[in-house]
Amino acid sequence: MMDFSGAVALALPEIILAVGALILLMVGAFGGDKSTGLVSVGSGGVLIAGAVAAAYGPLGSTFNGGFVADNAAAFAKVFIYGFSAVGVLLGDRWLKRMAASKFEFPVLIVIAALGMGMMASAGDLISLYIGVELQSLALYVLCAFRRDDAKASEAGLKYFVLGALSSGLLLYGASLIYGFAGSTKFVDIAAAVQAGAGQGAIFGVVFLICGLAFKVSAAPFHMWTPDVYEGAPTPVVAFVAAAPKMAAMVLFARALLQGFPGAVGQWQQVLVVVAALSMGWGALAGLRQRNLKRLLAYSSVTNIGYALLGIAAGTDQGVTAMLVFMVLYMIDTTGLFACLLALNRDGKPMETLADFAGLAKEKPGLALCITGLSFSVMGIPPFAGFWAKFYVFKAAIAAGLWPIAVFGLVASVVAAFYYLRIIKTMWFDPSPGRTDASPLDARGVAVAAALFSCGLVVLALNPLDTVAKLAAAAFHLS
Amino acid sequence: MNLQAIAFYVLSVITVVSALGVVSARNPVHSVLYLILSFFTAAGLFVLLGAEFLAMLLIVVYVGAVAVLFLFVVMMLDVDFGSLREGFVRYLPIGGVVAAVLVVEMVLVATAVGEQGAAKGSGAPDILLDAPNTEQIGRVLYTDYIYFFQAAGMVLLVAMIGAIVLTLRHRPGVKRQSVMDQVARTPAKGMRIVQVKTGEGISE
Repeated sequence: MMDFSGAVALALPEIILAVGALILLMVGAFGGDKSTGLVSVGSGGVLIAGAVAAAYGPLGSTFNGGFVADNAAAFAKVFIYGFSAVGVLLGDRWLKRMAASKFEFPVLIVIAALGMGMMASAGDLISLYIGVELQSLALYVLCAFRRDDAKASEAGLKYFVLGALSSGLLLYGASLIYGFAGSTKFVDIAAAVQAGAGQGAIFGVVFLICGLAFKVSAAPFHMWTPDVYEGAPTPVVAFVAAAPKMAAMVLFARALLQGFPGAVGQWQQVLVVVAALSMGWGALAGLRQRNLKRLLAYSSVTNIGYALLGIAAGTDQGVTAMLVFMVLYMIDTTGLFACLLALNRDGKPMETLADFAGLAKEKPGLALCITGLSFSVMGIPPFAGFWAKFYVFKAAIAAGLWPIAVFGLVASVVAAFYYLRIIKTMWFDPSPGRTDASPLDARGVAVAAALFSCGLVVLALNPLDTVAKLAAAAFHLS
Repeated sequence: MNLQAIAFYVLSVITVVSALGVVSARNPVHSVLYLILSFFTAAGLFVLLGAEFLAMLLIVVYVGAVAVLFLFVVMMLDVDFGSLREGFVRYLPIGGVVAAVLVVEMVLVATAVGEQGAAKGSGAPDILLDAPNTEQIGRVLYTDYIYFFQAAGMVLLVAMIGAIVLTLRHRPGVKRQSVMDQVARTPAKGMRIVQVKTGEGISE
């Protein structure tokens, strides 16, 4: 048992976030709407402080095994908190433009980030559940934040109801695992199922996978994704599409690889099916979409399939691949949503494919960004998405999962069609009218993401690979 | 027959009778009051089992919060309970089957537990018998489980923030109480002396 100061040092990033959120809440509650700007800046500062604390903090496990601070958690937290800070920036500016600023928005993002940090550090089924719930509750509220907008309210409600259902599945699985393994700690569960899990525990793992698949929006548990992405405010979607996915994927990896290392063969089958369905369904269903937010939702389903393939490999290499994939994917998807955020016509957001016609003549810079990011998500070398997929397929093939890797390749070729259609519409179709001036913050994020994905990635890949390998080693796999 | 057995039979009879009252009372308010009575007697049964923490929880949470909420709902919503009762006879057979299945299940589980004892070797921490169970829960809740306890507090905070963000509206034209104004009010500010002419009355 560790002493109190040791426990505090290990959980420092989360403590910074929790205390910061409480203080900012008080500042907002007593300062009124005038203090929204201050609270937003403070939230950004708190998130960055959390990321720094996670990067340089000590490693270990505390709170009776409920909280694990290892390299994998630190890796995930740095990116989660960083992308949450981007979410605060985009959301705050956007609300200001809508004249709907409220200090609760940045505070809720900080609390959601806190939940994600707890997910990344969960060493116990209880902390797993509480982390997931903290993050999800904050996201439900953020989705319905503009309550006068019927579509946003519907998105929030849908997300809430289906999220509650998935929490039920998750809890059912967790209680079965607890019942059959005799402990809620991953370490003890691993010891109990060393020689392969029994019927009951496997039943529990399958439910756990279903619940978590829901949170990462993997098929066949993705049905909420298109509706929520379409209805929720775009900056919220930019946030929901990136950081929570990373947290849930690390949680996925930790629960399965640290909790059930003796039963790899048993959960691998389930994961392979989920990954294949996600890749296939995301690619096919995306073809019919005319709304770009819905299209990006299906694109995220496909991409989560690739990331799950990394975990399904069950090896060190697979986890490294998953981590690299998620980082590169987060940058791509945040960039694409920032592009959507930057484009308005007559004060209305441009969301359908037809709106994008002739964009290249009006906004060549943003059109170029969207083109580059689309090429990246498609997986055209040497853009970021290519390296991400390269890592995952390499790991999957090394683990003997080559049929599913080939299937993934085919799915990515199918999915390439809808990105190419966006590019064609932008560059070759006639424009229907003028677009509004694009706000600096969204344009800045879009350009930064595009620059990274289309060039800097080659330089960043080497250090990223080193850090991801270090993080994956935390799971002690072969 | 010792005192414990007498207490058990008295409490169980009241529990069963009041539970019957919940479903048979004509007035929904009476149903809720019967429900509260059955909660109280069930809490008494828990005390007999030596689970005084559960007994307190039952009273604090179910009687104090849930049942009172039921009362609010029953009194505030205009639910026609007469119409809900329609078709009672029609659904009686299927309801009876479900009830019978439940009874059989309960008897089976109870006899199995009675014969073999509850599942053993579950790896759960051994119960220390040197302290009442409230104290034992307190011991682990604020030591081993402090992280989960605090984190659950954050979840509740989010629920509160969410409820306020999504429902609180500052409508214009709503009169609010200002204690400061009320306290600072003097007779000079709040009163006006009007000379009323006889037979004319006042109008304003």
